[in-house]
Amino acid sequence: MIKEKKIVKVGIADLNIVTPPDIIRTAGLGSCVGVVIYDSSKKIAGLAHVLLPESSLTQQSDFNKYKYADTAVPILIEKLLANGARKYALKAKMAGGAQMFQFASNSKTMRIGARNIEAVKEQLTHFNIPIISSDVGGNVGRTIEFDLVSCQLKVRKVNQETVFI
Amino acid sequence: MEYSNLSGMQLDALREVGNIGAGNAATSMSILLDRKIDMNVPSVSIVDYNDMMEIIGGPEELIVAIVFQIKDEFPCTVYFILSVDEAEHLIQDLTGNKDFTLMNDLYHNELAMSALKETGNIVIGSYLSALSDFIKYNMHPSIPYLSFDMAGAVLTAGLLEISEVSDYAIVINTSILSDASENIQGHFFLLPEPESLSKLFEALGIEND
Repeated sequence: MIKEKKIVKVGIADLNIVTPPDIIRTAGLGSCVGVVIYDSSKKIAGLAHVLLPESSLTQQSDFNKYKYADTAVPILIEKLLANGARKYALKAKMAGGAQMFQFASNSKTMRIGARNIEAVKEQLTHFNIPIISSDVGGNVGRTIEFDLVSCQLKVRKVNQETVFI
Repeated sequence: MEYSNLSGMQLDALREVGNIGAGNAATSMSILLDRKIDMNVPSVSIVDYNDMMEIIGGPEELIVAIVFQIKDEFPCTVYFILSVDEAEHLIQDLTGNKDFTLMNDLYHNELAMSALKETGNIVIGSYLSALSDFIKYNMHPSIPYLSFDMAGAVLTAGLLEISEVSDYAIVINTSILSDASENIQGHFFLLPEPESLSKLFEALGIEND
């Protein structure tokens, strides 16, 4: 029986994993970063939608670990490995990290997009996962979709042509 | 303060805040457009980030938002949100250019951007001055920031401060609408930062646990 193709949606501060023919998707990335980690021959991929760079920022005693880059990426990798991915074969693609507004105030949330990108990259470097392609920065929102069949990440932006990276 | 267990009285107070602010804003909008403007009963929702996007039609919904940051005594972020159609009608109305479309023209048309920002300035200015009179805190808004993008991308910008403290945001949502055939409906989103919420209840003499 042929399995029906589903789209698995990942929300803000959330993560999930898929196997073919399913597609994994997250919508409306602004300063958030969407990072896809996958094993192309074992055909398994995961996507995390991180909101903030470091969990040391939290003022909560019991926080959502999917919210921060430094806690979400290790969990995503762990889930992939537990489901058959091989650590040495993992690759990554990422998108997001825009700065939606040039707020003049001197708040700590300034440049959060850029800091999210750095934090995700730092995690990937730490786990020796190469970044195959990325579409980050700027001041636009993005919706991304990863298809394991092609291992392409589809990036849609308002008023711009959709690209596959 | 944990957002998820506010009392009925506290929720009423927040609804009243939305009422007072938007009432004043509707009057300004009415003078600006020379039309009758009505407003809806405000709703106060305590929502997680994903549900917040659903209020406006989902994270991918295209919106036009004019955003103000308020720092100092009562930090919060205020959004005046219009749908694409609504913003187009508003710009056509204000500039007299009946062929204006957002998709093609917004960022190339200084006059249209400026008309939108100025509308935001007037409307949010009156929203905040009413609110500030009510709670007796000074509120100095930033300059208006304009964005035409996906709701998820636009609204998370106002959540960053809150998200370090809570997984929920408190949204005071009021909409105003004109009675004319080209319906212009705008939403106000007031996102108080956590410290502001306690100050607000204190100012109103409501028990604050």
